[in-house]
Amino acid sequence: MVDRRPTIHVSFDGVEYEAFVGESVLECARRVGVKIPSLCFLEGLSVWGGCRVCVVEIAEGHRLRPACATTCVADMEIKTETPRLRAYRKSILELLFAEGNHVCAVCVSNGNCELQDMAVHCGMDHVRYDTQAPKREIDASHPKYIFDPNRCILCTRCVRVCDEIEGAHVWDISYRGESAHLITEMNKPWGESLSCTWCGKCVAVCPTGSLAYQGRAIGEMEHDPAMIKRLAVARNRHEWLYPEEAK
Amino acid sequence: MTRARIATAWLGGCSGCHMSFLDMDEWLFELADVADLVYSPIADVKVFPEDVDVTFVEGALANEDNLREARHIRENSRLVVAFGDCAVSGNVTAMRNPLGDPIEIVKAVYVDAPDRDGQIPKKEGIVPPLLPQVLPIHKAIRVDAFLPGCPPPADRIQAALEALLEGALPPNRGEAIRWG
Repeated sequence: MVDRRPTIHVSFDGVEYEAFVGESVLECARRVGVKIPSLCFLEGLSVWGGCRVCVVEIAEGHRLRPACATTCVADMEIKTETPRLRAYRKSILELLFAEGNHVCAVCVSNGNCELQDMAVHCGMDHVRYDTQAPKREIDASHPKYIFDPNRCILCTRCVRVCDEIEGAHVWDISYRGESAHLITEMNKPWGESLSCTWCGKCVAVCPTGSLAYQGRAIGEMEHDPAMIKRLAVARNRHEWLYPEEAK
Repeated sequence: MTRARIATAWLGGCSGCHMSFLDMDEWLFELADVADLVYSPIADVKVFPEDVDVTFVEGALANEDNLREARHIRENSRLVVAFGDCAVSGNVTAMRNPLGDPIEIVKAVYVDAPDRDGQIPKKEGIVPPLLPQVLPIHKAIRVDAFLPGCPPPADRIQAALEALLEGALPPNRGEAIRWG
Protein backbone atom coordinates (compact mmCIF):
# COMPACT_ATOMS: atom_id res chain seq x y z
CA MET A 1 0.00 0.00 0.00
CA VAL A 2 1.48 3.35 -1.00
CA ASP A 3 1.50 5.91 1.78
CA ARG A 4 -0.10 9.06 0.39
CA ARG A 5 0.51 11.33 3.38
CA PRO A 6 2.15 14.68 2.51
CA THR A 7 5.90 14.81 3.11
CA ILE A 8 8.47 17.35 4.30
CA HIS A 9 12.26 17.38 4.26
CA VAL A 10 14.30 16.69 7.35
CA SER A 11 17.96 15.75 7.79
CA PHE A 12 19.61 13.24 10.10
CA ASP A 13 23.29 13.99 10.74
CA GLY A 14 23.50 16.00 7.52
CA VAL A 15 21.72 13.50 5.24
CA GLU A 16 18.34 14.53 3.84
CA TYR A 17 15.25 12.34 4.14
CA GLU A 18 11.53 12.70 3.56
CA ALA A 19 9.36 12.65 6.66
CA PHE A 20 5.60 12.35 6.72
CA VAL A 21 3.74 15.29 8.17
CA GLY A 22 2.89 14.49 11.79
CA GLU A 23 5.51 11.77 12.09
CA SER A 24 7.75 11.77 15.15
CA VAL A 25 11.51 12.07 14.76
CA LEU A 26 11.96 8.53 16.08
CA GLU A 27 9.31 7.01 13.79
CA CYS A 28 10.88 8.72 10.79
CA ALA A 29 14.38 7.62 11.78
CA ARG A 30 13.28 4.00 12.21
CA ARG A 31 11.46 4.05 8.85
CA VAL A 32 14.46 5.39 6.90
CA GLY A 33 16.99 3.26 8.78
CA VAL A 34 18.68 5.86 10.99
CA LYS A 35 19.50 4.28 14.34
CA ILE A 36 18.43 6.16 17.49
CA PRO A 37 18.59 4.18 20.73
CA SER A 38 15.38 4.05 22.80
CA LEU A 39 14.11 2.26 25.86
CA CYS A 40 10.59 3.22 26.98
CA PHE A 41 9.32 3.62 23.40
CA LEU A 42 7.53 0.62 21.94
CA GLU A 43 5.94 0.59 18.52
CA GLY A 44 2.22 -0.04 18.90
CA LEU A 45 1.88 1.82 22.21
CA SER A 46 1.34 5.50 22.97
CA VAL A 47 4.41 7.69 23.48
CA TRP A 48 5.63 8.19 27.04
CA GLY A 49 8.93 10.05 26.59
CA GLY A 50 10.12 9.13 30.06
CA CYS A 51 13.48 7.41 29.68
CA ARG A 52 15.20 10.15 27.63
CA VAL A 53 17.56 7.64 26.00
CA CYS A 54 16.33 8.72 22.53
CA VAL A 55 17.39 12.37 22.99
CA VAL A 56 18.58 14.14 19.82
CA GLU A 57 19.93 17.60 19.08
CA ILE A 58 17.91 19.88 16.86
CA ALA A 59 20.29 22.28 15.09
CA GLU A 60 20.78 25.63 16.79
CA GLY A 61 18.54 24.66 19.72
CA HIS A 62 20.31 24.31 23.04
CA ARG A 63 17.79 21.84 24.44
CA LEU A 64 17.89 18.15 23.80
CA ARG A 65 14.61 16.66 22.58
CA PRO A 66 13.28 13.13 23.00
CA ALA A 67 13.01 11.80 19.44
CA CYS A 68 9.91 9.74 20.31
CA ALA A 69 7.94 12.79 21.49
CA THR A 70 9.15 15.38 18.96
CA THR A 71 7.22 15.87 15.74
CA CYS A 72 9.15 16.40 12.51
CA VAL A 73 8.83 19.89 11.05
CA ALA A 74 10.01 21.09 7.63
CA ASP A 75 13.78 21.43 7.19
CA MET A 76 14.50 20.18 10.70
CA GLU A 77 18.21 19.41 11.12
CA ILE A 78 18.49 16.53 13.54
CA LYS A 79 21.71 15.27 15.04
CA THR A 80 21.54 11.75 16.48
CA GLU A 81 25.21 11.09 17.37
CA THR A 82 27.31 13.81 18.98
CA PRO A 83 29.74 13.69 21.92
CA ARG A 84 27.16 15.59 23.99
CA LEU A 85 24.39 13.09 23.20
CA ARG A 86 26.65 10.13 23.90
CA ALA A 87 27.59 11.64 27.27
CA TYR A 88 23.96 12.29 28.20
CA ARG A 89 22.78 8.82 27.15
CA LYS A 90 25.54 7.19 29.18
CA SER A 91 24.60 9.32 32.21
CA ILE A 92 20.96 8.29 31.83
CA LEU A 93 21.91 4.62 31.84
CA GLU A 94 24.10 5.11 34.90
CA LEU A 95 21.25 6.89 36.71
CA LEU A 96 18.85 4.06 35.86
CA PHE A 97 21.29 1.51 37.27
CA ALA A 98 21.95 3.67 40.34
CA GLU A 99 18.24 4.11 41.06
CA GLY A 100 17.14 0.47 41.40
CA ASN A 101 18.81 -2.79 42.37
CA HIS A 102 19.99 -4.05 39.00
CA VAL A 103 22.11 -7.08 39.74
CA CYS A 104 22.52 -8.60 36.26
CA ALA A 105 24.32 -11.66 37.59
CA VAL A 106 21.25 -12.95 39.45
CA CYS A 107 18.51 -11.62 37.14
CA VAL A 108 16.01 -13.77 35.25
CA SER A 109 16.63 -11.60 32.20
CA ASN A 110 20.43 -11.69 32.26
CA GLY A 111 21.48 -11.88 28.62
CA ASN A 112 17.97 -11.05 27.35
CA CYS A 113 17.59 -7.54 28.75
CA GLU A 114 17.04 -4.27 26.91
CA LEU A 115 18.50 -2.27 29.80
CA GLN A 116 21.64 -4.40 29.86
CA ASP A 117 21.96 -4.17 26.06
CA MET A 118 21.46 -0.40 26.17
CA ALA A 119 24.18 -0.06 28.81
CA VAL A 120 26.55 -1.88 26.44
CA HIS A 121 25.40 0.29 23.53
CA CYS A 122 25.94 3.51 25.50
CA GLY A 123 29.39 2.49 26.75
CA MET A 124 28.54 2.16 30.45
CA ASP A 125 31.42 0.22 31.99
CA HIS A 126 30.69 1.42 35.54
CA VAL A 127 28.32 3.72 37.42
CA ARG A 128 29.83 6.99 38.65
CA TYR A 129 26.87 7.86 40.87
CA ASP A 130 26.16 6.50 44.33
CA THR A 131 23.66 3.65 44.08
CA GLN A 132 20.44 4.14 46.03
CA ALA A 133 19.99 0.50 47.13
CA PRO A 134 16.27 0.97 47.82
CA LYS A 135 14.37 -1.68 49.79
CA ARG A 136 11.50 -2.93 47.62
CA GLU A 137 9.22 -5.91 48.16
CA ILE A 138 8.69 -8.44 45.38
CA ASP A 139 5.06 -9.25 44.50
CA ALA A 140 4.90 -12.99 43.82
CA SER A 141 1.18 -13.28 44.62
CA HIS A 142 0.11 -13.91 41.03
CA PRO A 143 -0.01 -17.63 40.21
CA LYS A 144 1.55 -17.17 36.78
CA TYR A 145 3.74 -14.05 36.92
CA ILE A 146 6.11 -12.27 39.27
CA PHE A 147 6.84 -8.56 39.71
CA ASP A 148 10.19 -7.43 41.04
CA PRO A 149 10.22 -3.63 41.53
CA ASN A 150 13.97 -3.71 42.17
CA ARG A 151 14.49 -4.16 38.43
CA CYS A 152 11.78 -1.74 37.29
CA ILE A 153 12.86 1.40 35.42
CA LEU A 154 9.34 2.93 35.29
CA CYS A 155 9.21 2.83 31.49
CA THR A 156 5.41 2.29 31.82
CA ARG A 157 5.26 -0.13 28.90
CA CYS A 158 3.21 -2.50 31.09
CA VAL A 159 0.87 0.32 32.14
CA ARG A 160 0.33 1.33 28.53
CA VAL A 161 -0.05 -2.12 27.02
CA CYS A 162 -2.54 -3.23 29.67
CA ASP A 163 -4.62 -0.10 29.17
CA GLU A 164 -4.30 0.41 25.42
CA ILE A 165 -4.09 -3.08 23.94
CA GLU A 166 -5.61 -5.41 26.53
CA GLY A 167 -8.07 -2.83 27.88
CA ALA A 168 -7.80 -4.03 31.46
CA HIS A 169 -5.74 -1.19 33.02
CA VAL A 170 -4.42 -3.27 35.90
CA TRP A 171 -1.14 -1.32 36.18
CA ASP A 172 -0.55 2.23 37.34
CA ILE A 173 2.21 4.35 38.81
CA SER A 174 1.71 5.46 42.37
CA TYR A 175 3.53 8.26 44.24
CA ARG A 176 6.11 10.61 42.75
CA GLY A 177 9.83 11.17 42.46
CA GLU A 178 11.98 8.61 44.23
CA SER A 179 8.85 7.02 45.75
CA ALA A 180 7.23 6.39 42.38
CA HIS A 181 6.49 2.72 41.82
CA LEU A 182 4.17 0.43 39.92
CA ILE A 183 0.99 -0.79 41.54
CA THR A 184 -1.64 -3.28 40.45
CA GLU A 185 -5.33 -2.49 40.79
CA MET A 186 -5.58 0.27 43.43
CA ASN A 187 -2.51 -1.04 45.23
CA LYS A 188 -3.73 -4.57 45.91
CA PRO A 189 -1.43 -7.59 45.46
CA TRP A 190 -1.37 -8.65 41.81
CA GLY A 191 -2.70 -12.08 42.69
CA GLU A 192 -5.86 -10.52 44.16
CA SER A 193 -6.53 -8.37 41.11
CA LEU A 194 -9.96 -9.00 39.61
CA SER A 195 -9.27 -7.03 36.42
CA CYS A 196 -6.08 -8.91 35.40
CA THR A 197 -6.92 -11.24 32.52
CA TRP A 198 -3.65 -13.22 32.83
CA CYS A 199 -2.91 -12.25 29.18
CA GLY A 200 0.81 -11.70 29.88
CA LYS A 201 1.24 -8.68 27.61
CA CYS A 202 2.84 -6.68 30.45
CA VAL A 203 5.37 -9.48 30.88
CA ALA A 204 5.98 -9.63 27.12
CA VAL A 205 6.87 -5.93 26.87
CA CYS A 206 8.97 -5.49 30.03
CA PRO A 207 12.46 -4.38 28.96
CA THR A 208 14.12 -5.76 32.11
CA GLY A 209 13.64 -8.70 34.46
CA SER A 210 11.05 -6.79 36.47
CA LEU A 211 8.09 -8.73 35.07
CA ALA A 212 8.66 -12.42 34.45
CA TYR A 213 7.02 -15.82 34.46
CA GLN A 214 7.01 -17.62 37.79
CA GLY A 215 9.71 -20.23 38.15
CA ARG A 216 12.23 -18.78 35.73
CA ALA A 217 15.85 -19.05 36.86
CA ILE A 218 18.77 -16.73 36.05
CA GLY A 219 18.87 -15.82 32.37
CA GLU A 220 15.83 -17.93 31.52
CA MET A 221 13.30 -15.14 30.94
CA GLU A 222 12.87 -13.97 27.36
CA HIS A 223 10.41 -11.18 26.62
CA ASP A 224 8.54 -10.59 23.37
CA PRO A 225 8.00 -6.84 22.87
CA ALA A 226 7.58 -7.34 19.10
CA MET A 227 4.27 -9.07 19.88
CA ILE A 228 2.72 -5.67 20.55
CA LYS A 229 3.75 -4.34 17.16
CA ARG A 230 2.12 -7.37 15.55
CA LEU A 231 -1.06 -6.80 17.55
CA ALA A 232 -1.15 -3.06 16.88
CA VAL A 233 -0.53 -3.45 13.15
CA ALA A 234 -3.20 -6.16 12.97
CA ARG A 235 -5.65 -3.92 14.76
CA ASN A 236 -5.03 -0.99 12.40
CA ARG A 237 -5.46 -3.20 9.37
CA HIS A 238 -8.29 -5.31 10.82
CA GLU A 239 -6.23 -8.43 10.30
CA TRP A 240 -7.63 -10.55 13.08
CA LEU A 241 -7.61 -13.90 11.30
CA TYR A 242 -4.88 -16.01 9.83
CA PRO A 243 -5.07 -15.79 6.00
CA GLU A 244 -6.30 -19.38 5.68
CA GLU A 245 -9.09 -18.74 8.22
CA ALA A 246 -10.22 -15.59 6.42
CA LYS A 247 -11.11 -17.50 3.25
CA MET B 1 62.84 -6.24 27.83
CA THR B 2 61.74 -6.09 31.44
CA ARG B 3 59.03 -8.47 32.51
CA ALA B 4 55.64 -7.05 33.49
CA ARG B 5 54.75 -7.34 37.15
CA ILE B 6 51.12 -8.43 37.43
CA ALA B 7 49.07 -9.00 40.58
CA THR B 8 45.53 -10.13 41.29
CA ALA B 9 43.63 -9.61 44.53
CA TRP B 10 40.51 -11.12 46.04
CA LEU B 11 38.34 -8.80 48.13
CA GLY B 12 34.58 -9.22 48.74
CA GLY B 13 33.76 -11.67 45.96
CA CYS B 14 33.28 -15.37 45.33
CA SER B 15 36.60 -16.03 43.54
CA GLY B 16 34.68 -16.81 40.34
CA CYS B 17 36.68 -14.13 38.52
CA HIS B 18 39.86 -15.97 39.49
CA MET B 19 38.34 -19.23 38.23
CA SER B 20 37.73 -17.41 34.95
CA PHE B 21 41.34 -16.18 35.03
CA LEU B 22 42.47 -19.82 35.21
CA ASP B 23 40.09 -20.56 32.32
CA MET B 24 42.56 -18.77 30.04
CA ASP B 25 44.17 -22.22 30.02
CA GLU B 26 47.23 -22.55 27.78
CA TRP B 27 47.43 -18.79 27.20
CA LEU B 28 48.65 -18.61 30.80
CA PHE B 29 51.91 -20.12 29.54
CA GLU B 30 52.26 -17.30 27.04
CA LEU B 31 51.53 -14.83 29.82
CA ALA B 32 54.19 -16.47 31.97
CA ASP B 33 56.72 -15.89 29.15
CA VAL B 34 56.39 -12.13 29.42
CA ALA B 35 55.06 -11.41 32.91
CA ASP B 36 55.45 -12.39 36.55
CA LEU B 37 52.45 -12.96 38.78
CA VAL B 38 53.92 -11.23 41.85
CA TYR B 39 50.86 -11.50 44.12
CA SER B 40 47.63 -13.47 43.86
CA PRO B 41 45.36 -15.81 45.82
CA ILE B 42 46.63 -18.49 43.44
CA ALA B 43 50.30 -17.73 44.25
CA ASP B 44 51.98 -18.31 47.59
CA VAL B 45 52.86 -14.70 48.42
CA LYS B 46 51.82 -13.29 51.79
CA VAL B 47 52.52 -9.59 51.42
CA PHE B 48 51.48 -7.35 48.55
CA PRO B 49 54.77 -6.22 46.94
CA GLU B 50 55.85 -2.76 45.86
CA ASP B 51 56.15 -1.53 42.32
CA VAL B 52 53.44 -3.61 40.61
CA ASP B 53 52.58 -2.71 37.01
CA VAL B 54 48.93 -3.74 37.04
CA THR B 55 46.63 -5.26 39.65
CA PHE B 56 43.33 -6.97 38.87
CA VAL B 57 41.08 -6.47 41.90
CA GLU B 58 38.21 -8.92 42.25
CA GLY B 59 35.37 -8.27 44.68
CA ALA B 60 33.64 -5.34 46.30
CA LEU B 61 34.58 -3.50 49.48
CA ALA B 62 32.55 -5.28 52.15
CA ASN B 63 34.66 -4.89 55.30
CA GLU B 64 37.48 -2.81 56.74
CA ASP B 65 40.14 -5.28 55.61
CA ASN B 66 38.92 -4.95 52.01
CA LEU B 67 39.16 -1.17 52.27
CA ARG B 68 42.65 -1.24 53.75
CA GLU B 69 43.85 -3.75 51.16
CA ALA B 70 42.37 -1.75 48.28
CA ARG B 71 44.22 1.39 49.43
CA HIS B 72 47.46 -0.55 49.86
CA ILE B 73 47.09 -2.01 46.36
CA ARG B 74 46.47 1.44 44.91
CA GLU B 75 49.62 2.83 46.52
CA ASN B 76 51.73 0.05 45.09
CA SER B 77 50.23 -0.40 41.60
CA ARG B 78 50.70 1.73 38.52
CA LEU B 79 47.33 0.54 37.15
CA VAL B 80 44.32 -0.89 38.94
CA VAL B 81 41.68 -2.84 37.03
CA ALA B 82 38.24 -3.44 38.59
CA PHE B 83 38.01 -7.15 37.89
CA GLY B 84 34.43 -8.44 37.55
CA ASP B 85 31.00 -7.12 38.49
CA CYS B 86 31.52 -7.05 42.27
CA ALA B 87 34.54 -4.76 41.94
CA VAL B 88 32.76 -2.73 39.22
CA SER B 89 29.32 -2.34 40.79
CA GLY B 90 29.10 -4.16 44.14
CA ASN B 91 26.95 -6.81 42.42
CA VAL B 92 25.95 -9.82 44.56
CA THR B 93 28.15 -8.71 47.45
CA ALA B 94 26.17 -5.45 47.61
CA MET B 95 22.80 -7.18 47.71
CA ARG B 96 22.81 -6.68 51.49
CA ASN B 97 22.81 -2.89 51.04
CA PRO B 98 18.99 -2.49 50.87
CA LEU B 99 18.70 -4.34 54.18
CA GLY B 100 20.50 -1.53 56.02
CA ASP B 101 22.70 -1.98 59.11
CA PRO B 102 24.75 -5.16 58.58
CA ILE B 103 24.71 -5.97 62.30
CA GLU B 104 21.03 -6.91 61.92
CA ILE B 105 21.93 -9.43 59.20
CA VAL B 106 24.80 -10.82 61.29
CA LYS B 107 22.41 -11.21 64.23
CA ALA B 108 19.83 -13.00 62.09
CA VAL B 109 22.45 -15.44 60.83
CA TYR B 110 24.68 -16.03 63.88
CA VAL B 111 22.40 -15.32 66.85
CA ASP B 112 18.81 -16.00 65.85
CA ALA B 113 19.27 -18.84 63.37
CA PRO B 114 21.41 -21.38 65.32
CA ASP B 115 19.57 -23.75 67.67
CA ARG B 116 22.08 -23.03 70.48
CA ASP B 117 25.16 -20.99 71.40
CA GLY B 118 24.35 -18.16 69.01
CA GLN B 119 26.96 -15.39 69.10
CA ILE B 120 28.30 -12.62 66.95
CA PRO B 121 31.72 -13.65 65.62
CA LYS B 122 34.28 -11.06 66.62
CA LYS B 123 37.98 -11.31 67.29
CA GLU B 124 40.18 -8.28 67.16
CA GLY B 125 42.60 -8.51 64.23
CA ILE B 126 40.95 -11.64 62.80
CA VAL B 127 37.32 -10.91 61.96
CA PRO B 128 37.17 -7.52 60.26
CA PRO B 129 34.12 -5.30 60.96
CA LEU B 130 31.69 -4.98 58.06
CA LEU B 131 31.31 -1.64 56.30
CA PRO B 132 27.82 -0.07 56.66
CA GLN B 133 27.34 -0.40 52.89
CA VAL B 134 29.17 -2.55 50.36
CA LEU B 135 30.96 -0.36 47.80
CA PRO B 136 32.39 -0.87 44.33
CA ILE B 137 36.13 -0.28 44.51
CA HIS B 138 36.08 2.98 42.54
CA LYS B 139 34.21 4.60 45.45
CA ALA B 140 37.35 4.29 47.58
CA ILE B 141 40.33 4.23 45.21
CA ARG B 142 41.15 5.48 41.72
CA VAL B 143 40.45 2.80 39.11
CA ASP B 144 42.10 2.90 35.70
CA ALA B 145 39.97 0.35 33.85
CA PHE B 146 36.80 -1.64 34.36
CA LEU B 147 36.43 -5.27 33.36
CA PRO B 148 32.79 -6.22 34.05
CA GLY B 149 31.20 -9.65 33.87
CA CYS B 150 30.06 -12.18 36.43
CA PRO B 151 32.58 -13.55 35.89
CA PRO B 152 34.34 -11.81 32.98
CA PRO B 153 34.78 -14.55 30.34
CA ALA B 154 38.34 -15.80 29.91
CA ASP B 155 38.68 -14.25 26.43
CA ARG B 156 37.68 -10.87 27.86
CA ILE B 157 40.40 -11.13 30.53
CA GLN B 158 42.90 -12.21 27.89
CA ALA B 159 42.00 -9.26 25.64
CA ALA B 160 42.46 -6.92 28.61
CA LEU B 161 45.86 -8.40 29.48
CA GLU B 162 47.00 -8.33 25.84
CA ALA B 163 46.12 -4.63 25.64
CA LEU B 164 47.86 -3.88 28.94
CA LEU B 165 51.02 -5.73 27.86
CA GLU B 166 51.02 -3.54 24.74
CA GLY B 167 50.87 -0.47 26.97
CA ALA B 168 47.22 0.31 26.21
CA LEU B 169 44.12 0.24 28.39
CA PRO B 170 41.74 -2.73 28.02
CA PRO B 171 38.92 -2.45 25.44
CA ASN B 172 35.98 -0.58 26.97
CA ARG B 173 33.44 -0.71 24.15
CA GLY B 174 30.89 -3.24 22.96
CA GLU B 175 30.60 -6.67 24.54
CA ALA B 176 33.79 -6.07 26.56
CA ILE B 177 31.74 -4.04 29.06
CA ARG B 178 28.65 -6.21 29.42
CA TRP B 179 27.59 -6.75 33.03
CA GLY B 180 26.28 -10.08 34.22
